[in-house]
Amino acid sequence: MPLFADTPDPWLTLLQYVILGLTKGSLFALIALGYTMVYGIVELINFAHGNVFMLGSFVALTIFGLVGVEKAGDPFQDAALIVACFVAAIVFCGTLNIAVDRVIYKPLRNAPKLAPLVSAIGVAYIFDNVGLFWGGPQDVNFPNLLPDANLFDETAKIRFTAKDLMVVGVTVPLMLALTVFVKFTSLGTAMRATAQNPVAAQLMGINTETVIATTFAIGGALAGAASVTYGLYVNTISYQIGFQNGLYAFTAAVLGGIGNIPGAVLGALIIGLVTSLGSFYVGERWTSALVFAILIVILVFRPSGLLGSRTREKV
Amino acid sequence: MPFRVSVPLVLVVAFVAVGLVAGRRDTRGRPDVITIVSSLPRSGSARGQTDVITNGIKLAFHDIGYKLDVTDPGTGEKRTFTLEYLDLDDATAAAGQWTIEQEIANANQARTDPDVMAYIGTYNSGAAKVSMPILNRAGIFMVSPANTAPALTRAGEGERHEPMCYRPTGVVNFARVIPTDDLQGELSVLWARDLGVKKIYILDDNEVYGGGIAAVVKAKCPKYGITVLGHQSIDSKAQEFTPLMTAIKAMAPDLVYFGGTTQTKAGQLLKDMVKVGMTCPMMGPDGCFEKAMIDSAGKDTLEKLPFYATFGGLPIDALTRGKGKEFVDKYTALYKAPPADAYATYGYEAALVTLEAIRRAGKKDRDAIRVAALAVKNFEGATGTWSFDENGDTTNQTMSGSTVVDGAFKFSRALQLPAK
Repeated sequence: MPLFADTPDPWLTLLQYVILGLTKGSLFALIALGYTMVYGIVELINFAHGNVFMLGSFVALTIFGLVGVEKAGDPFQDAALIVACFVAAIVFCGTLNIAVDRVIYKPLRNAPKLAPLVSAIGVAYIFDNVGLFWGGPQDVNFPNLLPDANLFDETAKIRFTAKDLMVVGVTVPLMLALTVFVKFTSLGTAMRATAQNPVAAQLMGINTETVIATTFAIGGALAGAASVTYGLYVNTISYQIGFQNGLYAFTAAVLGGIGNIPGAVLGALIIGLVTSLGSFYVGERWTSALVFAILIVILVFRPSGLLGSRTREKV
Repeated sequence: MPFRVSVPLVLVVAFVAVGLVAGRRDTRGRPDVITIVSSLPRSGSARGQTDVITNGIKLAFHDIGYKLDVTDPGTGEKRTFTLEYLDLDDATAAAGQWTIEQEIANANQARTDPDVMAYIGTYNSGAAKVSMPILNRAGIFMVSPANTAPALTRAGEGERHEPMCYRPTGVVNFARVIPTDDLQGELSVLWARDLGVKKIYILDDNEVYGGGIAAVVKAKCPKYGITVLGHQSIDSKAQEFTPLMTAIKAMAPDLVYFGGTTQTKAGQLLKDMVKVGMTCPMMGPDGCFEKAMIDSAGKDTLEKLPFYATFGGLPIDALTRGKGKEFVDKYTALYKAPPADAYATYGYEAALVTLEAIRRAGKKDRDAIRVAALAVKNFEGATGTWSFDENGDTTNQTMSGSTVVDGAFKFSRALQLPAK
């Protein structure tokens, strides 16, 4: 594809790729939030987070398999099943994330920083192999339950499908709910306090272990929601999606300033836009290189990420 | 300080010494045993195809009870060798596909084992590039049931130093029983023309096999009056291609050609074509001609868009006559099910021609077997009657096109170049 391909209306084309990029970016954002929140509270890069996301998608796939759904059928039954999958994946990933913290990270809470970090890498590999055992080495088809038809007219210049709507409809309310939770609830306030200074928070009577568990639960739950959304949007899952999406999401969190919630969302949206616009204006095979090139450039000029230094609170 | 002996150190030294003595290889081997190895990705995503390839190989040995009677053409001496088959894996579960280290280790194992007389492999053309020079120096006959990259055997198809860099001794030791990609590429274009395609968009996975065949398709399109709208490589590590397909849809091609395999996202590309609302079909080479393609693309996707796959030979459901039918019947009888994949035939064919070479050589000698193998002419095998040419390529030039009907590949037509 030539650079700046000749198209009928360049602005409509641009808009189309912006829509695609934002959709993909908001999916990355859900995963990136888990990295950034955990880092904000315990200063640990939870490398296993992407793999929790991957296992969530296999939970959903297993449910579809048990019910025997392979393709779209009765819309009401499909909708009920999708909701059930969301609930199951959210509960599963949240619980799994708490369990990982309790069993592996908690005993290392006061150990040198590298000890939990290396343990996190170990957990990631264990989960990868669980996924390999569960789903096999190859790409697995995830049932295509949502219509691919354009919500506008089929002949419209801009394409926006039920799948894109679903991604936005899942991610935006979740992100709003998270903001409300962190800003306005007492547990949310406790989280922000723990992020700023865990010792002082503890002296003020905050049970920091509860706060940490809540953080892992929320991060896991968001990954669970993201996993089903991903399955329904991309329609393919494999044990490798944990590593690949985890890498992008982690990059998004670093890009936005790790530990900063709006930063993670911003970083994810930028990555989504770069992959989408890069695919069209530069070339499909350069998209991942482009993402990391932009990461490097931004980190050179703003080492703490886009929003990292501006706000002091980490959660 | 007095000199103290460290107990662990002594133990380590002792173990290493014992290991060196015990691990020394027997350089003479067993006089009545001939070992044939295969090196294929037995773990990872190509497992399905390599299962049937090894089944095909074992069937050829099973047919003769793992005993081979030969007569030395020089001395007239009659002997019976016991055949031994080693099924080596050139992949690791962690990588999910073949690795350079594993393929080197397999080639070295074959080289150093004096009983190994032939090497059946590889599955991936990239892997063949790694083991070919090692086996060439050892003078072992290597026959591939699946390598289709033309540059492995012929000059002018790839880099300037190919294929001589795979033949450091200057003699040919590599042969294949499957036709090459350049032919497959041209026949794909021929089929596309017959399907009424005027405009084509070409994608490839940026690998030796996929990129090679896509380049051939691109080069042959003008000859058949097809316009190439564009050609791009994808990143096979990417997870979805909606932006790419949106761009391709805007150009309105009649066909999207993907030079790649199921493992490099053929299924996902098809899904994303459906997602962006494209209605034109997709065509792919034999790397997509497998059940895994249908599983990964999803049956419902394949009902919405036609998918055409070419294959460098005849699929199982086209083997209805002669030795081909005989093979399918024997396979079904032994494994209680017909071959699940067309590569089974080529595994069988590779093993058959290897046995024929040993029979003709009449002795357990790597070089005699290599010479006898490459001299095979008018061989009657399961894929028809064919010969090895001077480069080690099969003269069998019939390929086939299949399409997906009701969630399974169905033989659609035989593909042959028009007579010159």
